[in-house]
Amino acid sequence: MDSTPHIETPAPIMRPGHTFGSVTDKISSIVLTQKTPKGWYLGFALAFMLAMLLFVSLGYLVVKGIGIWGNNQPVDWAWDITNFVWWIGIGHAGTLISAILLLLRQSWRTSINRFAEAMTLFAVSCAGIFPLFHTGRPWLAYWLLPYPNTMGVWPQFRSPLLWDVFAVSTYATVSLLFWFVGLIPDLATLRDRSQSRVGRIIYGFLALGWRGSAKHWHQYETAYLLLAGLATPLVVSVHTVVSFDFAVSIVPGWHTTIFPPYFVAGAIYSGFAMVLTLAIPIRAVYRLEDFITMRHLQNMAKVMLVTGLIVGYGYMVEAFVAWYSADHYEGFVPINRMTGPYALQYWSLIFCNIATPQALWFKRVRTSVPALFVISIIVNIGMWLERFVIIVTSLHRDFLPSSWGMYAPTFWDWSTFLGTIGLFLSLLFLFLRFLPMISIFEMRTMLPGAKVDDDGRHF
Amino acid sequence: MAARVHGLMAEFDDARHLVLAAASAREAGYRRMDAYSPFPIEELHEALGAHHSRLPLIVLIGGAVGCIGGFLLQYWASAIAYPVNVGGRPFNSWPAFIPVTFECTILGAALSAVFGMLALNGLPMPYHPVFNVPRFALASRNRFFLCIEARDRQFDLEKTRAFLEGLKAREVSTVAD
Repeated sequence: MDSTPHIETPAPIMRPGHTFGSVTDKISSIVLTQKTPKGWYLGFALAFMLAMLLFVSLGYLVVKGIGIWGNNQPVDWAWDITNFVWWIGIGHAGTLISAILLLLRQSWRTSINRFAEAMTLFAVSCAGIFPLFHTGRPWLAYWLLPYPNTMGVWPQFRSPLLWDVFAVSTYATVSLLFWFVGLIPDLATLRDRSQSRVGRIIYGFLALGWRGSAKHWHQYETAYLLLAGLATPLVVSVHTVVSFDFAVSIVPGWHTTIFPPYFVAGAIYSGFAMVLTLAIPIRAVYRLEDFITMRHLQNMAKVMLVTGLIVGYGYMVEAFVAWYSADHYEGFVPINRMTGPYALQYWSLIFCNIATPQALWFKRVRTSVPALFVISIIVNIGMWLERFVIIVTSLHRDFLPSSWGMYAPTFWDWSTFLGTIGLFLSLLFLFLRFLPMISIFEMRTMLPGAKVDDDGRHF
Repeated sequence: MAARVHGLMAEFDDARHLVLAAASAREAGYRRMDAYSPFPIEELHEALGAHHSRLPLIVLIGGAVGCIGGFLLQYWASAIAYPVNVGGRPFNSWPAFIPVTFECTILGAALSAVFGMLALNGLPMPYHPVFNVPRFALASRNRFFLCIEARDRQFDLEKTRAFLEGLKAREVSTVAD
């Protein structure tokens, strides 16, 4: 049989030549011994200033009420819910990478799953702030939970907003557990390698006495796989429930069955864009090109292209169904989006989410790091605009023209949104500094020495 | 006072030697032993005499408790404790209770997966004798260890040491209890 000489071998997942020791040392040294790069201090300082702006904004909101935002009648959901959906969506890529790609045996995920999971946690923390403070009285937020109370009332379990409470809090809990379980063996590595007494105590405390016993590994692997299996339907359910917040209502532009799949695809799309936006500078600054190779960037670009096309299909179906419904109000929504007062936002969204990612069909673009970085940022902006367009354009034209209105953000809308970006980045900077950003033990299993059988069987 | 001995620990350079050593030790009749490695090795668990994990059953029970508990909570709240009549619609409107039931199922299963795993492994365990071997710190980096414990019926400080040295161990050390 002829061998085909022109088959291109894909870029490796890890640069060859690494050993168990070198992988361990390289990743753990970022936390333990390397001098923290100057860029870290600068970046953390800027992010932390924005995080302080968030605290100021929320403090002022608690004092004055949500009237400090631009929300009004009829646009009673605006940037707060836009930001909520945007942040939750970003989180979804972390779970996709860590759980779904694990079940699909995509071993390239190993170098990026740890910080993608961290990104999930921090994004969900930012997301939670918005509905919590949009209640106007965040100190009474526990009323959302079912608990026996002297008022004798119980939450309305038929409301998607309550489903959201359960979906998002379960998602935050499971993401935290998944992330922590994945960290235990690496925390043990840091405990054993830390030179300082404080480091040994803190990492030792967090490692729970992990010693790498074969019996423990067996239970551990079982638990990890089960968690991946549980997180997979969970992540799909979370954005489905988020889309129910809209789809279960009767507002034209929201009341449509395409929302759940299209929201899930959009979430993964924006999440992968955010992973790229973060991974590209991190791998450059910490010189992790050995572990986060072109293969990873290319694969993420491909996932973005696919999910971007699904999102494009969603836009088409949305417009088609609006026309096909022959409902006067439904039919008005897409026309108003394209030609109404928010047409600029609509066409920017089409440019960011539909037009720009088509460049990813070309291998030259997929292999160019600067191009990927720029595209990922454009997609992040596009996905934010998508939620803005869905929420604000559907609300600002109520059924009766006498109830029509407009929405414009105030200073406090901007400061709260930028503030959550600051909180997100501050948490991310702290994570990069104090925890291994790449799963060390999973990287070890990728090395040739991790194979035991002669027949090339590996795990 | 003579220090009590937890066992004898042999250090190996690679995963293959550890798996072979664990299999040989089991063949030689040793049962009370454990192996330590910087990453999971499927064959190792088999070589030590595999037991099925009870974890999947625990997770199934956790998920079932979450599922039934989640549904009953909604049923009780919506149909018994605080029924709200909306145009004569049924109080037990079960299709609307599915999303929360689903989330509670996942939550119950995930919590039991994590805490079940920790409980079955006896973690957190702040002290364990194997940490008394200074080189054991490398078990979380690039070395592989096999520890035959003193409570094994066949354990004999001299003979077991000779046995482990015969397995091409890099080094054999006594583990203080």
